[in-house]
Amino acid sequence: MTNPTVELTLPVMEDMELAATKTAEVVAKRMGLDEMKTAEISMALIEACINAFEHSKTKDNIFIHYIIEEETLVIKVGDRGIGFDSEVVAIPNIDEKINSSNKRGWGLQLMKELMDTVEFETTADGTTVTMTKTK
Amino acid sequence: MPDFDMKIKEESDVIVVTTNGYLNNYGGEQVASVCLQKISEGKRKFLVNVENTAMVNSIGVSIIIEVIEELQGTGGKIAFCHTAPIVEKTFNIMGVSKYAKIYATEEDGIAELSL
Repeated sequence: MTNPTVELTLPVMEDMELAATKTAEVVAKRMGLDEMKTAEISMALIEACINAFEHSKTKDNIFIHYIIEEETLVIKVGDRGIGFDSEVVAIPNIDEKINSSNKRGWGLQLMKELMDTVEFETTADGTTVTMTKTK
Repeated sequence: MPDFDMKIKEESDVIVVTTNGYLNNYGGEQVASVCLQKISEGKRKFLVNVENTAMVNSIGVSIIIEVIEELQGTGGKIAFCHTAPIVEKTFNIMGVSKYAKIYATEEDGIAELSL
């Protein structure tokens, strides 16, 4: 049997990531996830959306699938951009960011710390990040 | 319209910035702009009350790191109060809480910063 899935499509527009968090809140509540885990999912989702909006270099919509498993919420955020290699993204450090011209680059680290698992897959069609959070 | 606004006041030589709404790049720029302006006027103590900011993003917080940078070597301080648990966790992951203390209440923050 296929797991229930909520699908959302977002245009690349400012603050559209908040639409993704609203859906996540509804799905998380339906699954019985607690308030903190729900907030962690929302925060990770914000970063995943921003990553897709900014780094994919595309104006195409991004898609989000919320897959409801018995104990785990699986979220897939996909774009049709040029992709990136998550393995070569440096782990950010506040001591180095201070006095650096580039203070950004925290999204991947936040996603990894806030979710149970985070995986990236880049193909010729784009990039999909798959994140999970278990109850 | 950005989902963000803020109020600024000064109390016991502490500049208190109270944010309202999503602290994204726009919100971060607004907070940093007022703090950097006040630093140029000689102010050195800042308390950001985020009671009405339930969510932030890393771009907004990165912009506020500029204020931490500007205060380095001045003896100045920036701190936060009324942080939602997820905001505090985000600050911890990003290391912001290493440079900016987090107070439970505005009164606690003003009392300690004004010493």
